[in-house]
Amino acid sequence: MTVHITSPSPSLPPPASSVGAVGWMRQNLFSSPLNSIFTLAGFYLIYSLLPPAINWAIFQADWVGTTKEACTSDGACWVFVGVRLNQFLFGFYPPSEYWRVVVAFSLIGALVAWLLIDRLPKKGLVGLFTIFCYPIIAYYLFYGGAFGLPVVETYKWGGLMLTLILATTGMFFSFPIGIILALGRRSSMPIAKSMSVVFIEFWRGVPLITVLFMSSVMLPMFIPENMQIDKLLRAMIGIIFFQSAYMAEVVRGGLQAIPRGQLEAAEALGLSYWKSMFFIILPQALKMVIPGIVNTFIALFKDTTLVLIIGLFDLLAVVQAAFADPKWLGFSVEGYVFVASVYWVSCFSMSRYSQHLEKKLHTGHAR
Amino acid sequence: MANLEKRGISTGFGFLSLKAGFGILQTLIPYDESYSFGRTFVVGLLNTLLVSGLGIIFATIIGFTVGVARLSNNWLIAKLAGIYVEMFRNIPLLLQIFFWYFAVLRALPSPRQSWAASDVAFLNIRGLYLPQPILGDSFSIVGWVFVLAIVATIIIRRWARKRQENTGQQFKMFRVGFGLIVALPLLVFFALGAPLTWDIPKLQGFNFRGGMTIIPELTALLVALSVYTATFIAEAVRSGILAVNSGQTEAASALGLHKSKVLKLVVIPQAMRVIIPQLTSQYLNLVKNSSLATAVGYPDLVAVFAGTTLNQTGQAIEIIAMTMSVYLFVSLTISGIMNWYNKKIMLVER
Repeated sequence: MTVHITSPSPSLPPPASSVGAVGWMRQNLFSSPLNSIFTLAGFYLIYSLLPPAINWAIFQADWVGTTKEACTSDGACWVFVGVRLNQFLFGFYPPSEYWRVVVAFSLIGALVAWLLIDRLPKKGLVGLFTIFCYPIIAYYLFYGGAFGLPVVETYKWGGLMLTLILATTGMFFSFPIGIILALGRRSSMPIAKSMSVVFIEFWRGVPLITVLFMSSVMLPMFIPENMQIDKLLRAMIGIIFFQSAYMAEVVRGGLQAIPRGQLEAAEALGLSYWKSMFFIILPQALKMVIPGIVNTFIALFKDTTLVLIIGLFDLLAVVQAAFADPKWLGFSVEGYVFVASVYWVSCFSMSRYSQHLEKKLHTGHAR
Repeated sequence: MANLEKRGISTGFGFLSLKAGFGILQTLIPYDESYSFGRTFVVGLLNTLLVSGLGIIFATIIGFTVGVARLSNNWLIAKLAGIYVEMFRNIPLLLQIFFWYFAVLRALPSPRQSWAASDVAFLNIRGLYLPQPILGDSFSIVGWVFVLAIVATIIIRRWARKRQENTGQQFKMFRVGFGLIVALPLLVFFALGAPLTWDIPKLQGFNFRGGMTIIPELTALLVALSVYTATFIAEAVRSGILAVNSGQTEAASALGLHKSKVLKLVVIPQAMRVIIPQLTSQYLNLVKNSSLATAVGYPDLVAVFAGTTLNQTGQAIEIIAMTMSVYLFVSLTISGIMNWYNKKIMLVER
């Protein structure tokens, strides 16, 4: 009797060495002798760096206490950071007025969050409030001098607060200047065009340090003797000019990406130059370059550390100054790690957000 | 102008010929207190060029390695390269310079307990001491042979390429080039009786004498600049390689090209078109960022000229203008050279 098999026998499972954890490792870690060597070297690197670092930073670290004597173990001494945390955050701002800084930053945080979260309504109104009302509110909150708030001179500002103020002001003012410069660079009027090109190339060609030097050394020579410009304000002016040039190049990238037909269509409808720019071209161009704008903001945020060279006490400068305290000698690594993690967390999350935006705005024509 | 007169500031460039009267930590050309302010400008400029040049070389090497490693099919290596990029890119450069200078290099031992590498190189808190080569009289012949070999290699390469285009015959260019550029000068060097001696640093009293010294300021600045800029170069390299359509690689493999040939002849030439513009702006950033030297006291142009010289003469306008124009000039030159190169390798569209 013959047996007829009418249905195919079930297929054999793949060899055990090509599936599961073993298969994954064979494919991704040990696919060739050279790769195996690299993998082993990589594991050795991790093994020799990671456990000591974690031990130092967490398990053997001292967390509580108020004096140097609290640091008895081999690990990091976070007491140093904890004791001085207020100074690192607010500089020499009077402690009784800390709430003003907190309110100002919470407000801008809430406003920006409102603008960024898609579902919330009335974006236009909130945007106008952020642009026109918030700066005035922030000025009186930080500096005081009205509504019964005592004046806090700018030389008392410092720490993370100063870093954030410099970065946000730089961003806030460089944005409109950058747009105007970018429009100027693409303009057909020779004088506007050449002036924009020279301005942009000049500020992009020199290091920020020389700009800060210039604003702190040269600027006082060109203004009338009886007019004193605040040191912080001078640094801000330098940063704004510097940042505007970079912003202009980012915006120009967006302008170039808009097809010519858009402008032609706007003109055919009878819109004036400014109207077609504001209602047709810029909304499309700016939307396209939001990731680029976030990236320049990250660069600016990191660059604000340079103000320590002209004697302003930003986060890094305050921490650096704290190392000189004779009661707390020898904790520079802890201080640097603290500052680095503040910057790292902010910059990394911003860059992740910009990547997310890039994906969201990238509609169609994906490669 | 009225302001300037009131402050008793003179104008003009006459100060450049006045005696400087201050010392500089590291000088590539002869300099001491008796030289002029103009000389301090040149000394600072050369120091800036030194750290930028070395920084560009190291950053390019690290950047290309990490960028390629990030695309490796080895999961662990790709992840490690990614961690490197994300970690150092998001920390301000000035902080990194401070870290290397104050936290790492200040923790090195004193000269008496310095770390020695087989008694010729020493590392301590004052810097890295290396043996200095002293060239003999006939060493210049070796140099000339080297230069001639490079010229000859370029000529042979052109000829070989032309021949390959005409006849399809390949020429073992690598072996010939290696023989000409490396082996021939070495042969001449030993034939002349090795006209080269080493000046080895020795501990005398509290410090080392002789040899060459790499000051810790330079090391800190160089390490931070290279590590920081390399992350951006790595990203440029990665995006450049990813920009090459995968069809190109597949087509090249289908033609039977070896993996290394695919890289060399198909992927890299196309990737370079994307990489070059980004690389240029990173080089420019590195040159501009080298001005952070002033924060740790490395005597670059900004620290020496826009710092000490400005404080001594008070002629802020002239000095800042000169400093800024140097950076502008360097920026425009580098971008000019890179634009020329970019144009040369640009896709010729038919």
